[in-house]
Amino acid sequence: MSMSERLAELLAFDSKGGAEPMAACALAPEEQRPPHSGQPYVDLRGASLVYGSGGEQMLAIDRLDLQVGQGEFVAVVGPSGCGKSTLMKLVTGLLQPDAGAVFIQGQKVTGPVRNVGMAFQNSTLLPWRTTLENVLLPFELVKPHRQRIRRHHAEYRARAMHLLDVVGLKDFAEKYPWELSGGMQQRANVCRALVHQPPLLMLDEPFGALDAFTREELWLLTQQLWLKQRFSAILVTHDLREAVFLADRVIVLSKRPGRIILERRVDLPRPRSLAHTYEPAFSEIVHEIRDTILEARA
Amino acid sequence: MKTSTNVARQAWVPWVTTLALLVLWQIVAMVLGSASLMLPAPTAIAQSIGQHYDVIWPNALQTLYTTGLGFGLAVALGMVFGLAIGASSLIYRGVYPLLIAFNAVPKVALVPIFVLWFGIGTLPAVVTAFSLAVFPIIVNVATGLSTIDAEMEDVMRSLGATRWDILTKVGIPRMAPYLFASLKIAITLAFVGSVLSETIASNEGIGFLMQAASSRFDVPLVFAGVIVIAAMAVIAYQLCEVIEGRFTHWAKRGK
Repeated sequence: MSMSERLAELLAFDSKGGAEPMAACALAPEEQRPPHSGQPYVDLRGASLVYGSGGEQMLAIDRLDLQVGQGEFVAVVGPSGCGKSTLMKLVTGLLQPDAGAVFIQGQKVTGPVRNVGMAFQNSTLLPWRTTLENVLLPFELVKPHRQRIRRHHAEYRARAMHLLDVVGLKDFAEKYPWELSGGMQQRANVCRALVHQPPLLMLDEPFGALDAFTREELWLLTQQLWLKQRFSAILVTHDLREAVFLADRVIVLSKRPGRIILERRVDLPRPRSLAHTYEPAFSEIVHEIRDTILEARA
Repeated sequence: MKTSTNVARQAWVPWVTTLALLVLWQIVAMVLGSASLMLPAPTAIAQSIGQHYDVIWPNALQTLYTTGLGFGLAVALGMVFGLAIGASSLIYRGVYPLLIAFNAVPKVALVPIFVLWFGIGTLPAVVTAFSLAVFPIIVNVATGLSTIDAEMEDVMRSLGATRWDILTKVGIPRMAPYLFASLKIAITLAFVGSVLSETIASNEGIGFLMQAASSRFDVPLVFAGVIVIAAMAVIAYQLCEVIEGRFTHWAKRGK
């Protein structure tokens, strides 16, 4: 199935499956994303990044070319210290490349990219805010919501509550982060990253600190949210099963300086279930990626 | 059940220890007999407080006034300086050595200068209280601000947060427990400053009262002054703690 065909399918899914709950969420017209065009959403062209200065210089990323299509889910894996987190910072404009360039929707990135959802391994929830208040945070910052939230607070609250309901945290909305388990905190963290429906989601080992069962549960949740909102996503992980389960394409980086050594398309049908992960087609891809990483480490 | 009796028991502990100290003190004073002129018994002090109530009361109010004013100024300016130092590494580098130097100067050496500048009485007491109380507030506020999680800052910036947004939504709440912890230290230091200045250069306040009483060898009245200051400091400290609990309940987790 081609990229555009699948996206069309996803669009249909959204208008059917998501129409009713999402109707309440249709706040601003600019949130309706333009239909898929040929232009990639994220485009790294020959991006390099050097850490440190003077004699202690270290090349973290070396002439990296990477495109992420609109609504595409890309996973980046590689040995530790291969510059995965640096890649995240380059794409979000928190760091500027020392050579090459980063483009988002054809626009060259010169400063922090606005309107990106981010989730890290440590759930960076604010401890003085309840779960609900944490999830509402993006609305207080992102335009045009930040001008509206005071007057339309109930509306935004309902929207956040709806998402908390989807991830099963409705009853914990008024609890503080330290009253939640690790898995719940991470779910709230993903909610906060997605509540304002950003066109791009960056996940930096978001489930790395969780136990295996909770992790798999959150894979399903992430897939479900992605199928609904169709954001572009970059997932940095060192869990290969996680990468293959969630992504349309898995990128393998070499050890420092990070270069792409394998690009593997995952053509497994969606929605994927946990049972799929034990099928030969799935294992085959995981093994292929694993072998490439082992070679790179040697 | 067990924990609630424990809590009830713990609430009594400070009263028990205070009472024990007073009883011990009383016994020592009685054993010393006439030599207790230099260490009057708690009963003698209580008597003195009752007797000189009309003198102690206005002087205590005066000390409370200068302390409160000095403390209030220290909180306001300490927060401004602390925020500036915590938010900008340039200001930190420029100002911090000066702050340490200023803090290291014994404030008792500064009182004569304050007297030259501000005369005697209320103003030098306020300034001394301020100069002692401001340092811990500045240091704590700056520390609280500089401990913002780098990843949290990334999250905020990628949501389009301005520096102001990060300061008000992350920096200031993050700093609050540090600020309130410093208030408890600052309020007691403010009392020290006020009494210090009153002892050297004032015609009113508990410091002045104690100075005057000691020059008349009215030892029970000197001790009465000590007790009054201590009581005011304990009450002010507890007040700070209540306020702290109100604002930073999230930082005291797992109860």
